[in-house]
Amino acid sequence: MADVLVLDQIRKSYNVGTPVEVEVLHGIDLAIRPGEFVALMGPSGSGKSTLLNIIGLLDRPTSGRLLINGEDTTDLPDAALTKLRGHTIGFVFQYHYLISAFTAAENVMMPMLVDRGHPDRQMEERAAELLDRVGLGKWRDNRATNMSGGQQQRVAVARALAMDPTLVLADEPTGNLDTASANAVFELMRQINRERSTTFLIVTHNMDLARQCDRIVEVVDGRITPARQPPG
Amino acid sequence: MKRWLPFAWIAALRFLAEGRMQTTFILSGIAIGVGVIVFMSAMLAGLQANFIKRVLTSQPQIQLLPPDEVARPLRRGEGVFEAAVVQRPAQRVLSIDQWQAIRDAMRARPDVVVAAPTASGAMLAVRGDASRSITLTGMEPEQYFKIVRVPDYIVAGELRLGTDDILIGTELAKDLGASVGDKLNVTSAEARSRILTITGIFDLGNKGANQRNTFVALRTAQSLLYLIGGVTTIDLTVSDIYAAETIAQEIEASLPVQAESWIATNAQFFTAVRAQQNSNTLIRLFVALSVAFGIAAVLIVSVIQRSKDIGILRAMGTARRQILQIFLIQGGVLGFLGSLVGSVLGAGALMLWHHLARQVDGTELFPLVLEPGLFVAAAAIATLTGVAAGVAPAVRAASLDPVEAIRG
Repeated sequence: MADVLVLDQIRKSYNVGTPVEVEVLHGIDLAIRPGEFVALMGPSGSGKSTLLNIIGLLDRPTSGRLLINGEDTTDLPDAALTKLRGHTIGFVFQYHYLISAFTAAENVMMPMLVDRGHPDRQMEERAAELLDRVGLGKWRDNRATNMSGGQQQRVAVARALAMDPTLVLADEPTGNLDTASANAVFELMRQINRERSTTFLIVTHNMDLARQCDRIVEVVDGRITPARQPPG
Repeated sequence: MKRWLPFAWIAALRFLAEGRMQTTFILSGIAIGVGVIVFMSAMLAGLQANFIKRVLTSQPQIQLLPPDEVARPLRRGEGVFEAAVVQRPAQRVLSIDQWQAIRDAMRARPDVVVAAPTASGAMLAVRGDASRSITLTGMEPEQYFKIVRVPDYIVAGELRLGTDDILIGTELAKDLGASVGDKLNVTSAEARSRILTITGIFDLGNKGANQRNTFVALRTAQSLLYLIGGVTTIDLTVSDIYAAETIAQEIEASLPVQAESWIATNAQFFTAVRAQQNSNTLIRLFVALSVAFGIAAVLIVSVIQRSKDIGILRAMGTARRQILQIFLIQGGVLGFLGSLVGSVLGAGALMLWHHLARQVDGTELFPLVLEPGLFVAAAAIATLTGVAAGVAPAVRAASLDPVEAIRG
C-alpha cells in the first residue's frame, strides 16, 4: 500500500529574496505508512510547527515535493489544495478550537457542511455517531463554551474524523489539558487509530505519550534526526 | 440547523446571533439612519408637493406667446444698411398666429396635460366713482380651470361665465364696493367698454392676485381686446413639472411661438426647490455613508474577533469564496434588518410629526404620503449598502492566512 504521506527534500525559507532570508527546514525527507501513529517531537523553534503546516497543506514549501496518497501537491492551485485539505486531512489544535457559535454536533458536522454546502440527514447521523464514539453523545446540543477543555478536545477529535481523513494532524492536542484529560484524549486517538486504521501525526512535548506511539520523528534545527522506535 | 440554508448563510446568521450585543448596536445604528432617510424623504416630498401645489396651481407651467415684434431696418441692397437708429418696437396685443393648430398640436403631445387658450390684457374696472386697473383674462373655463383652480377658491356667488359675466377677486370687490350680482364697467385703453355682471368672487390667497385678476369668457375678452377670434397665450400644464423647460425649448424650436416655462419665469422659486432637493439628497447620501461605514467597522472588528474561527474553517477545507460570502451576507442581512426597523421608526416619526406640526391656521403642514415604493427602495438600498460595506471586511477575512489566523 502506498505511503499516506511522502515528503521529499522539503525546504522552507522565510523572507525569500530579502537580505534577512532564513531557511527553517533544510531538506526534510519523511514517509508515513497507512495506519501509523507517529509522534513529532522537537524543541521550540526547531521548525516542527512549520513542518506540520506544510504537511497540513496550510503552507507551501519553498522547494521539495509533498505527496498525499501518492498525489503530488506541489503544483496544485490554492483552491484545489483547500479542497484536498478538506477531504484528506483532519486537524486537532492545541487550544481545542471549536467554533463557539455552534453546538458540539454542529462543530462535528462542519467539515461535511463546508464540503457539501447544505446540511443533510446523513451528516447529522455521522456527527451523532462520532460524538457517541468519543463518549459525548449526550452533549451534542451543547455549545462549545459550556464544555470542559477535555470535552472540547474530544469533540475536536470527532470533528477531525468527520470526513474520514487519510491523515489526522494533531498539534499538541493534550498540551493544554490536565493529565487525566490529556491521557483520555490521547487514549481516544490511539483507540480510533487501532479501530479504523486512521493515520495520526501528533506533535507533542510529552515523552510519556510519545513513547506510546508507533514511531517518533524528531526535528532539530530544521532537520529530522535518525528515526527511532519508541522503547518498549 | 435549517436544512435548506446553505453553509455561508448558516455561518453568517450564527455569527450575527452570537455577537448579539454588536449586532444589536449596529442594527440600531442602521435603523436610525434608515429612519432618518425615510422620515426626511417622505416629509420633504410632502412639503415640496404642497409648496409646488400652492405655487403652481395658480399659474400655468408653460405659456405660449406670440413671437416678439422686431423692427428690421430697410435694406437698399445686399449687405447695405440705411444709416438709421433701430428702435425696439412697443409690443402690441397680438394674437398667436394659427393658434387652433398649435393648441391641437399641444394636446396631441403625451407630456402635455392641459392646453388652454386665453386672451388677456389690461383693462379698467369702473363702478361709480371707483376705478381700478385689472388684468382681464378671457378663457375657456373647462380647460383653463384645470390649470388655475379658480373654482376651489370661489368664496361668493357661483362659477358661471356667460358672455356678460365676470369673476373678480375679494380685494377688487372690496375696493369697488361690489358684490355678487353687481355690474362693472370694464373699459380698455382703446375705450372699448362693456358692462359685465359679477357672478362670483374668489380668494386666491394673495392680495395682489385678488386685486388684479379677473376672469371672463374667451369671447368677451376677445371683443374687449379687439382680438376677434384670436388668443394672446396658450397655457399648458405638463406631466413632469421639472421637464417644463425642456418641453418649452422643444416647442419653441418647432413652432412659431415663444414658450416660457415656470422654471424660466420663476427662476428663484425653482432654485429654491432644487436647492432643497439637493440638500435633501446630500443629507441622505451622508447618512447612508455613515451607516455604511458603521457596518464596515463592525464587520472589520468581527473579522478580527473571528479570525480563529475563520482559520479553523479554512483548515477544514472552507474555500476563500465561502468565507467571502459569509461576511457579505452579514453586511446584507444587517442592512436589510436595519432597514425594516428603520422604516417603522421613520414612518412612526413621520406620523407623530404630521400630527404635531401644524400650520398657524391648524391645517396640516404637509400631506402625509407613505408610499410603499419608498420603503421598498429603502430596504433595497440598505441591503445593497450593507453588502457593499461588507466587501472590505469580507476580502480581509478571505485573505487571512489560516496559519496566522489559528496561531492568533
